[in-house]
Amino acid sequence: MADAPGPDGTSAARVEITRDEVAHLADLARIDLSDAELDHLAPQLSVILESVASITGVAGEDVPPTSHALPMSNVMREDVVVPGLSAEQALSGAPASEQQRFSVPRILGDEQ
Amino acid sequence: MTETLLSFEESLERFDPAMGLEVHVELNTNSKMFCGCPTEFGAEPNTQVCPTCLGLPGAMPVVNRTGVESAIRIGLALNCRIAEWCRFARKNYFYPDMPKNFQTSQYDEPIAFEGFMDVDVDGETFRVEIERAHMEEDTGKSLHVGGATGRIHGADHSLVDYNRAGIPLIEIVTKPILGAREKAPQIAKAYVAQLRELIVALGVSDARMDQGSIRADVNLSLSPKGDGGLGTRTETKNVNSLRSVERAVRYEMQRHAAILAGGGSILQETRHWHEDTGITTSGREKSDAEDYRYFPEPDLVPVAPSREWVEELRGTLPENPTVKRARLQAEWGYSDLEMRDTVGAGALALVEQTIAAGASPQAARKWWLSELARRANDTETDIAALGVGPADVAAVQALVDAGTINDKLARQVFEGLYAGEGSPEEIVAARGLAIVSDDGALGAAVDSAIAANPDVADKIRDGKVAAAGALIGAVMKEMRGQADAGRVRELILEKLTPAG
Ligand SMILES: [Zn+2]
Repeated sequence: MADAPGPDGTSAARVEITRDEVAHLADLARIDLSDAELDHLAPQLSVILESVASITGVAGEDVPPTSHALPMSNVMREDVVVPGLSAEQALSGAPASEQQRFSVPRILGDEQ
Repeated sequence: MTETLLSFEESLERFDPAMGLEVHVELNTNSKMFCGCPTEFGAEPNTQVCPTCLGLPGAMPVVNRTGVESAIRIGLALNCRIAEWCRFARKNYFYPDMPKNFQTSQYDEPIAFEGFMDVDVDGETFRVEIERAHMEEDTGKSLHVGGATGRIHGADHSLVDYNRAGIPLIEIVTKPILGAREKAPQIAKAYVAQLRELIVALGVSDARMDQGSIRADVNLSLSPKGDGGLGTRTETKNVNSLRSVERAVRYEMQRHAAILAGGGSILQETRHWHEDTGITTSGREKSDAEDYRYFPEPDLVPVAPSREWVEELRGTLPENPTVKRARLQAEWGYSDLEMRDTVGAGALALVEQTIAAGASPQAARKWWLSELARRANDTETDIAALGVGPADVAAVQALVDAGTINDKLARQVFEGLYAGEGSPEEIVAARGLAIVSDDGALGAAVDSAIAANPDVADKIRDGKVAAAGALIGAVMKEMRGQADAGRVRELILEKLTPAG
């Protein structure tokens, strides 16, 4: 949904999120947005994305894109059981529970 | 709602099927994929959870080394390349079976890719190309309350147990399987059966389809015959037995064909498989992949398996299934047909274990392919999930070999096993099935058979020994099949012929 940064890494200022894209994302996130809210939010989100995109202007050719702050890999744990929470502890923060399970509102739509 | 179906034959006359199979394998690690919670099946709800698998703020996942190791071994066994470097990704969606609002999975960097499996169907080999095998985590289990029992529609709320959330899964995805034609249903079944066999041999999963530790999704589309293109596909979820894999492919072929032949078009959607009625029903419209807004998981560092580690794991692989089948066939002295039937019935590992437990190869095959395959068919159950295992079958055969029972009585022992009446020995005792070879009891039965059939007895006295069969039959009838036939014959001849 965002335009890719230009090859020189500096021309990424123009980032736009359309009203339709906001409506679609809201739908995926199960957020009910009115037409007025969509009109209001779409340009605001575009401004936010633009601000964030300005970071790409800093990256030069010599800085490869990365998803992680530290250049680490292969951090693994041994396959050993560690005690977790009791059911009481696990459910203690739940707004509602029943039959030792988390009670959630009616699920709309199908399993993913 | 009843769908219109075209006959299987007509659907093939007009269309070519393309299939894609996605199989989820739940690993049998001690702990979950990203936390130390245990993974026991059937534990009390929410007793195998922690801040990480509940998605509580601040909890940090760390990957399970054995989970990665199993993924690599599965990849190698499927002739895949193993990534030198790959990341986990968040698959974002809003559904309460994952408390984090995303599932930790892999997106465009699977740990294993570009493999294949050679599948045997009716003595022919069909190569199924593997696109990828990636690591992910299982979801929680929901219980829907109110409305029809267990159904999501009409429920007023749902109850979630997160014991299963975070258990490691390997998802194995094939490339589109083309050119299968009329063999498509069989190839789909044989692929899942052989994959299951491979997983068992690797020892990385319980591989119980009935408990959901192996789950198959069947993608299917049709294109006009000879057209060579790919039509719109449907994805039938959670097909949880080998038999259903075959049925689901066949059903969707016939359903698609009826719609297309009638000038309609296929809706790209998820379908639900109904084990009881053997049909699929419409689920949700299929999201495009970008709707999940995948992005690299920042809380887990990349996995970069060294080539040394990969080669070390290659050294732990079990014998290649094709090579192994050839070796077993030679060892067991089975004909090609016998071997094919054994594999086709999904009974190869069961027969192997039965032989390991002491039965002869022919006896093991006899019970699995006659008695137990029939039972599996009658009860629409997977042959591996009948509740009667290799040890039971070997024990029944041991009783036959010892002369305690014969094959006919053994069938009654199997009835007892299906009914859960205990071990074969206990069933023989409780049902009073043991063959009588005690001369006292047999002698009395022989005497009454001679008295009841004087003309037959005279023939034997005259030297017509073949007539003894009629008396043996009478004795067996009186003793409800439980007489030692050999000893009965000896007693008859002793009593009626001077030389004995
Ligand atoms: Zn946990």
